[in-house]
Amino acid sequence: MSYQFDFLWLGEYWPQIAKGIAITGQLTLVGGVVGVSLGIACAWARALGPGFLKPVVGAYVELIRNTPFLIQLFFIFFGLPSLGVQLGELSAANLAMIINLGAYSCEIIRAGIQATPRGQFEAGASLAMTPFETFRHVVLVPSLQRIWPALSSQVVIVMLGSAVVSQIAVEDLTFAANFIQSRTFRAFEAYIVSTLIYLALAILLRQAMLALGGLVFPRRAAR
Amino acid sequence: MLTRRLFVAAAALAASLGFAGVSHADALADITARGTLRVAVPQDFPPFGSVGADMTPQGYDIDMAKMIAEKMGVKVELVPVTSANRIPYLQTNKVDLVISSLGKNAEREKVIDFSTAYAPFFNGVFGPADLALSKAEDLKGKTVAVTRGSVEDLELTKIAPSDATIKRYEDNNGTISAFLSGQVEVVATGNVVAAAILAKNPPKRPEMKFLIKNSPCYIGLNKNEAALLEKVNAVVAAAKADGSLNAIAKKWLGQDLPKDL
Repeated sequence: MSYQFDFLWLGEYWPQIAKGIAITGQLTLVGGVVGVSLGIACAWARALGPGFLKPVVGAYVELIRNTPFLIQLFFIFFGLPSLGVQLGELSAANLAMIINLGAYSCEIIRAGIQATPRGQFEAGASLAMTPFETFRHVVLVPSLQRIWPALSSQVVIVMLGSAVVSQIAVEDLTFAANFIQSRTFRAFEAYIVSTLIYLALAILLRQAMLALGGLVFPRRAAR
Repeated sequence: MLTRRLFVAAAALAASLGFAGVSHADALADITARGTLRVAVPQDFPPFGSVGADMTPQGYDIDMAKMIAEKMGVKVELVPVTSANRIPYLQTNKVDLVISSLGKNAEREKVIDFSTAYAPFFNGVFGPADLALSKAEDLKGKTVAVTRGSVEDLELTKIAPSDATIKRYEDNNGTISAFLSGQVEVVATGNVVAAAILAKNPPKRPEMKFLIKNSPCYIGLNKNEAALLEKVNAVVAAAKADGSLNAIAKKWLGQDLPKDL
């Protein structure tokens, strides 16, 4: 093998990579927090909500879960301006990730809610809790605890999936890698560096989700 | 297509073998005697040369070849070539002229001669007609779309003011879509790409604002063919003067010929 590895470009391009990490992190944070919140609301609507909401939320979930993320992103960024909705690339990327994670996490959280024993709802009612209080304290928290590992994985998937937002000129970590590759023609080096950074980010995110779970669900309830 | 190409190649080979014994004759005299002008044209590079819906070659270069043959009073024989083999086709006397969106550079000038320029080929900044923009400094505070890693990306990165925002898209489609959907005000690209947008009659028309890099197309011919070169230059000059070249430019590129061509 005669290829000479060369990582000297790191000296010139590291600010680009740092910016890329910051943007990928920002997208994941906003997408994760707002997306999971949307997922909780949708899961409530689909499992326990009023009759008219169920088909509406169901249609949203099926639409998003059965179409590619890239198409959803292109539709928001390139398509919506035709209807007068002009979103910048960062807003479009954030919105696409929120909508996407909202649909997937809805189904994960709904599974947790539907696995709640009937008696638990009745226990809440017998303690004179309102339906909202019952949902909040008796149903949601144990449900989230039950599906926390699956939800954590979904957030990591969304973080990794955010790589495609470079297609609409969002300067995330993948954009930085592509940019460096197109300037230095050091494909192996540019992509191995970004691969390792993504790997580190994914491991960090999983640990953070685990820590957050330990904080929110301190009692290890017997199931 | 393949059989046609083989036939053409075989015919060219036969022709060159036939001429092998003759000492180097005057190419213009050969063309007149033969009654056909053999022209190397692209078939994979619209709008300069491509295969139309009726399977016949069409494009700027094809129209150019037909016009020159007509003005010389001979029939035209189109020889499809690729960008890699167009100069060898000329050097081995398989064609008389190369009209194949050929740019001029020092290496090529060592081996072949060039006519005057017949087609514009440039990278520039394009924007809506009502936008005042005539030089790189005017990009101040504006957002411009480019295709990442392209010539215009590299050049514009050097000359754009620091408060201009350059949005780099993955490919020409992304760059075009960003302009057409109003995500960016201006777009830096090749005139051929701009022509492809104009051909679709878009709601936003990309008008030429200023030039980034100019590399017009020339007709290539063999060295030491002064008579042929003179004839070709005369035809090109006449076509520029009477507006027929401008008509070809309007037809295939959607814009008038630049004044300085």
